[in-house]
Amino acid sequence: MMRALLFGACLLLGGCGLSTAPIVDPKGPVSLVERDLLFTAAGVMLIVLIPVWIMAVVFVRRYRATNRKAAYRPDWSFSLPIEFVVWSVPAAIVVTLGALLWSHTHKLDPYRSLDSGAAALQVEVVAQDWKWLFIYPEQQIAVVNELVFPSGRPLSLRITSDTVMNSFFIPALGSQIYAMAGMQTRLNLKADEPGRFMGRNMQYSGDGFSHQHFEAISVSQEDFEAWVAKVKQSSEALDGAAYATLAEPSIKHPVTYYSAVEANLFDSIIEKYLDPGMSHGTTSGSSLGQ
Amino acid sequence: MLGKLTIDALPFYSWVAMGGAGVTVGGALLVMAVITYFGKWRYLWTEWLTSLDHKRIGIMYIVLALVMLVRGFVDAIMMRAQQAVALNSEGYLPPDHFDQIFSSHGTIMIFFMAMPFMTGLLNIAVPLQIGARDVAFPFLNSVSLWMTAGGAALVMISLVIGKFSTAGWTGYPPYSGIEYSPDVGVDYWICALLISGVGSTLAGVNFVVTIIKRRAPGMTLMRMPLFTWTALISSLLMVFAFPALTVACALLGLDRFFGMHFFTNEDGGNLMNYINLFWIWGHPEVYILILPAFGIFSEVVSTLSAKRLYGYRSLVYATIAIGLLSFCVWLHHFFTMGSSANVNAVFGVATMIIAVPTGVKIFDWLLTLFRGRIRFHPSIYWTIGFIVTFVIGGMSGVLLAMPPVDYLFHNSTFLVAHFHNAIIPGVLFGYLAGFGLWFPKAMGFKLNEPWGFRAFWCWLIGFYFAFMPLYVLGFHGMARRMETYNVAEWQPYLVVAALGAVVILCGVVCQVIQMTLSIRQWRQERDLTGDPWIHGRSLEWMTSSPPPPYNFAVIPTVESRDAFHEMKRRGTAYRRPARYEDIYMPKNSAVGPLLGGLAFLLGFAAVWHIWWLVAASALAILTAVVIRCFDDDPDYCITAAEVEAIEDCRFEAMALADTQPEEAAQDPAFAAQMLPARAT
Amino acid sequence: MSDVAPAMDARAREEAENLRQREFGFWLYLLSDAIIFALLFMTYVVMVDSTAGALTGRHLFSLSNTFLETALLLFSSITFGFAWLSARADRRAHVLGWLAVTFMLGAGFVLLEVNELIGMVEAGAGPGESGFLSAFFTLVGTHGLHVSFGLLFILIMSLQIALRGLNPYAMSRLYRLGLFWHFLDIVWIGIFSVVYLPGIL
Repeated sequence: MMRALLFGACLLLGGCGLSTAPIVDPKGPVSLVERDLLFTAAGVMLIVLIPVWIMAVVFVRRYRATNRKAAYRPDWSFSLPIEFVVWSVPAAIVVTLGALLWSHTHKLDPYRSLDSGAAALQVEVVAQDWKWLFIYPEQQIAVVNELVFPSGRPLSLRITSDTVMNSFFIPALGSQIYAMAGMQTRLNLKADEPGRFMGRNMQYSGDGFSHQHFEAISVSQEDFEAWVAKVKQSSEALDGAAYATLAEPSIKHPVTYYSAVEANLFDSIIEKYLDPGMSHGTTSGSSLGQ
Repeated sequence: MLGKLTIDALPFYSWVAMGGAGVTVGGALLVMAVITYFGKWRYLWTEWLTSLDHKRIGIMYIVLALVMLVRGFVDAIMMRAQQAVALNSEGYLPPDHFDQIFSSHGTIMIFFMAMPFMTGLLNIAVPLQIGARDVAFPFLNSVSLWMTAGGAALVMISLVIGKFSTAGWTGYPPYSGIEYSPDVGVDYWICALLISGVGSTLAGVNFVVTIIKRRAPGMTLMRMPLFTWTALISSLLMVFAFPALTVACALLGLDRFFGMHFFTNEDGGNLMNYINLFWIWGHPEVYILILPAFGIFSEVVSTLSAKRLYGYRSLVYATIAIGLLSFCVWLHHFFTMGSSANVNAVFGVATMIIAVPTGVKIFDWLLTLFRGRIRFHPSIYWTIGFIVTFVIGGMSGVLLAMPPVDYLFHNSTFLVAHFHNAIIPGVLFGYLAGFGLWFPKAMGFKLNEPWGFRAFWCWLIGFYFAFMPLYVLGFHGMARRMETYNVAEWQPYLVVAALGAVVILCGVVCQVIQMTLSIRQWRQERDLTGDPWIHGRSLEWMTSSPPPPYNFAVIPTVESRDAFHEMKRRGTAYRRPARYEDIYMPKNSAVGPLLGGLAFLLGFAAVWHIWWLVAASALAILTAVVIRCFDDDPDYCITAAEVEAIEDCRFEAMALADTQPEEAAQDPAFAAQMLPARAT
Repeated sequence: MSDVAPAMDARAREEAENLRQREFGFWLYLLSDAIIFALLFMTYVVMVDSTAGALTGRHLFSLSNTFLETALLLFSSITFGFAWLSARADRRAHVLGWLAVTFMLGAGFVLLEVNELIGMVEAGAGPGESGFLSAFFTLVGTHGLHVSFGLLFILIMSLQIALRGLNPYAMSRLYRLGLFWHFLDIVWIGIFSVVYLPGIL
């Protein structure tokens, strides 16, 4: 039943030229489960929608004032059995969906690391006006507007902002999350296969917002290592001064490789917004996100 | 002397902006010229602007709403046009201008279209439905109107002098803070919202007291018409929710004006606090707007299908439940903030629960139509269009209530499609249905129906074309508020959406034609009986159309639900009293428009940092209030003889009316529902 | 004559009912005002530790000043109560006297508070220094502004009573003013126990 529904939904969306849309055609385990939840819930709700549509059309046609043959019960205004159905069917649906919601919200908690044999690749993400900076702490490199990572291996992101609030999202991989100055949010993603995906800021942030996108590229482990080696060749290094220049607002910033990164740059970007008096603990997530 | 205000504030930066300014100024001048030409200033001032009559205040609210609807709609067309052409190009609007447009579109549609439209309908219908002569505080009512108008004027003037906010209708900091938005735009937004927020809070207080204290004798809570019920809950929400908006905006203003650190990135500010405050107001606001529309649908389905409302109690309990739940779900507007799974899940489930009472309402309306005699009137069309379309918005709403799905669609065009899918059918169709239903009551003649149908079809078809593509684009991962984009697959959808907006434009044009024709042919469509739909069930249909200033010469006594319908059945609906009595009604007051004007001035001066004018207008406001405090005799008397003369006229007119439409004569069951004895 | 009297009675009843509705409306207004304060309290609690290296409550708050402010405001509520009792007993001169005392006490409170806030600004702890100070100044300032409006209303009230006597309008207004005044007392107790006490201790 569920499978048939999913299949039907896919067919319908395919008809709209949607079959390649990143959310219909997920490229990672997170977005896959999220999409299936979406279609399942939509399918369950059709239990209410279809009768509503049928009733609306049939009742309006049948009980039009000019149709003398139809019954007319001007004082009929209550029926316990109908009332029971009317309350209990939506309630039952909400209970069902609520249960799904509960389990999936925990399963898909963006802070939760993905189960996988391989250790996750750590990347630190900084939202700037109007570009994305990706710092690879293990590789000691940094890249602007390009996120390259091995497929089949979890990707663990720590995200902050060095400007207004942004929202980090790679539609094909699922789960967006805010980037906020002075705070860190986390996101765990994975790509099943090598591929190129669009990623962008979803939270409007000013003039260059429309151009604030990047390419997320999943590659094989060997290609990833080759890419890291290539970045290491870059003549530029991301020290304090270079970072200050980079943080200035810029639109359509080209992909830039930095062969070296100042130690603890990510943490210092967060800490510069924090009270000097109380740097305890606040770096580990939004206050709601503990 | 003029603070930050210089000649540079005029919109010479782009032709489009100058055009907007030109239309605004030209339109205002044109209206003034027309009024002057017909010599109607005095009439306008004494009969309308200073009036404390709830019906006239209601009409003025709706006029304001319709004017702002046009303005907000022009914004919408401009955005759709921009996105239709802006593939890999800047289109015709620079980012800064596009950003002002989506910010003003949202701000206007919520605060200066939907809110005044709703308050206007409340004003026209609620006192009549509960058999009252006026609202509890007629003067306050006028102040509310003029505060709203003052806020709207601030938004409009930002087209001409300076710029509007680019921070979206939600004004999220730190982007809306002084560091990232140093222009005056956000200040305009803050001042407009604070001023109109005062109006809305006062209107909420006013209607709660009116409904609780001014009901006709015998009208228990469970005998109130459903629209009055929804008005009560909506007003309570206004009283409880608007303070949160006031606090959010005021603190943002303190950050901007006085360099404080509530929501800044640095020095201990916390943007999350703003987002919480904003949505503690913002989510109830959705229900403030939609509950009265739900009330209207309830009135429409029963009145126009000549049938008792099905499931009255369920509808009342569902309304109360929605009102309570609306305060428990605000966090769903930011599931992606990184809250723990438990927090997100609790708010997600709470959000979903709202779907239950809402679903019940949908079924109850359908069951009211069941075995009715549905009169095909535009208001019924709006209602059916609403039911069919709104369930899609409801479905996408429940989807977004699931945090993992929200992670996919938050901030995308899917979200934009969702809330338009809820608000356009849910709120706007509802208000338009109410507009058609109560228009004859307020104005004394009916609206032209053929053009009403045409408007409906354009709106409905246009809606699907404009917003279904946005759902699809959400699946493509398109963010909202994009001025330009580089994904070629998106463009066809955006072109279709733009065409949809054009179809809606045709609907708006049809409505303008409808209004013009109706006014020109008003004599043919006069409502002489006061009960233009023949099957009016609640008390507003008992009095004449338009009602006299005092609404009811004798306050009716209510013995059941659908009070007027029962009276018609028993033949007591049009009994003339043995004698009339003097009636006291509130005198006009110029203080309301004065306060609105001063609030506008205060806001304008604050935006431009003209501190002497801030002080002067604040002082003037205080003085006006104090002077009003000394007025202990705000009423005038309509003598019994005058009342009798007015009522005699009314009964004479009613005798002329043709009360038995042909169709009813051929249908005994239907005819039994008609007036057994009119005006004898 | 016999015809007019019941009509006048009906009119008087209607007016009395109108005044009762105003009182109900005023309760609703206070409720909405209370929500404003509740949200400001919430904001303060969220921001109390966001001191951004600027001075904190421990350095800034003075127990004696706060105690004096509290005493003034609480006594003013008592004296307002006396004004209300005198009004019930229809003693105009007493009402005016007690209102004058209330005004003095309230004005004393506002003066002390303004003095305290100015002192803080001079000590380099103005509202723009940190999130904590922004929240503190806004919460306390909003309350102080309310008290100042209350003082203005007391003046107007006294003028009306002096000119027109204790008619039903004046009584209803005095009642509503009383609600407002006591409400501000309650808010102050909140400020005392949420802001000053934990700040000092």
